[in-house]
Amino acid sequence: MDLAGVISIVIGILLWVLVAVLALMAAMRSKALFREGAFEGSRDFVVLIPRVMIGVVGSGYIAAIMPPDLIATWIGPNSGFLGIFIATVVGAATPGGAVVGFAVGAAALKSGAGAPQVIAYSTAWSLYTIQRLLNWEIHMMAPRFVWLRAAVSFPLPILAGLGALLIGKP
Amino acid sequence: MAERRRRVRTFEWSTAIIATISVAASVAVYMRDGADKVIAILTKDLELLVGMLPKMAAGCLIAAFVTRLLPREVVARVVGAESGLLGLLVAMTMGAVLPGGPLTIYPLAGAFLVLGADVGTAVAFITAWNLLGYNRALIWELPFFGPEFVGWRILIALPLPIIGGLLARAAARLIARRGGGDQWT
Repeated sequence: MDLAGVISIVIGILLWVLVAVLALMAAMRSKALFREGAFEGSRDFVVLIPRVMIGVVGSGYIAAIMPPDLIATWIGPNSGFLGIFIATVVGAATPGGAVVGFAVGAAALKSGAGAPQVIAYSTAWSLYTIQRLLNWEIHMMAPRFVWLRAAVSFPLPILAGLGALLIGKP
Repeated sequence: MAERRRRVRTFEWSTAIIATISVAASVAVYMRDGADKVIAILTKDLELLVGMLPKMAAGCLIAAFVTRLLPREVVARVVGAESGLLGLLVAMTMGAVLPGGPLTIYPLAGAFLVLGADVGTAVAFITAWNLLGYNRALIWELPFFGPEFVGWRILIALPLPIIGGLLARAAARLIARRGGGDQWT
């Protein structure tokens, strides 16, 4: 088995150890707390399955039809700063939701995009996808603060992409 | 309850988009490469999904228990009371370890602001939750990119919440000096 597979299994075990510790802590406080936590966690998991399934299966098909030449030219490993900038703008324009940006980013990586560009893309999508700003954030905080946050966050994905470019990883 | 309803609606909206694009992409694959290729991709991705499920289940349970064991008021008070670079670091750590979706994180950040946290602290908190949150990275990002890619990405993102927080403070000072007011709640 390769290193990634081993790490994946170790993380899985650690996660379940953490679940056991937290469940024990909850159970020690009260039985109701334990039951509520177990119920809500299980319910969230069941609700998530179809979303994740669509994201995972969809990304496979999207990767298969993405034009590799175009991706390599625009955001390929040799696209440099301009590629990072393009990836940042495209990330902001990608719809929100839990997996869309990760699915598209992973698909682009498979089709020949550069790692720094994909990091800029997924960072921009995580920080300020326009749809999430307008749909959620603006209703929960002062609009003035939301715009300030989006404005000061704009350079962050570019910094992340440049950082990846500088250290030559991943 | 209002939160729950809104969450469901948003989920359907964005999932519908990705589902539509996925179906269109699979039809394009079918027309170009035939049914065998469509089935091959489906099989491979379903295997990937099955591998993700145990981690997803663990992530959901951790989030549910931590939310119950960690009182929100205490969290809000600690970040709200802090300031300076230490405040940014505290906010960043909170954002990285606090589970929950945008529907719990954004209201909490709004509460920090009302409780007297400065804009820098709130920005650092939201940035850290988005980029360093273990819950999000483990459940969503890891299955798509693998541990090495995600590890490097998180390492590179480590300074970003602090930079964002400092930029927000500088911007807020500039706006206040130009008479734009310092009301952010």
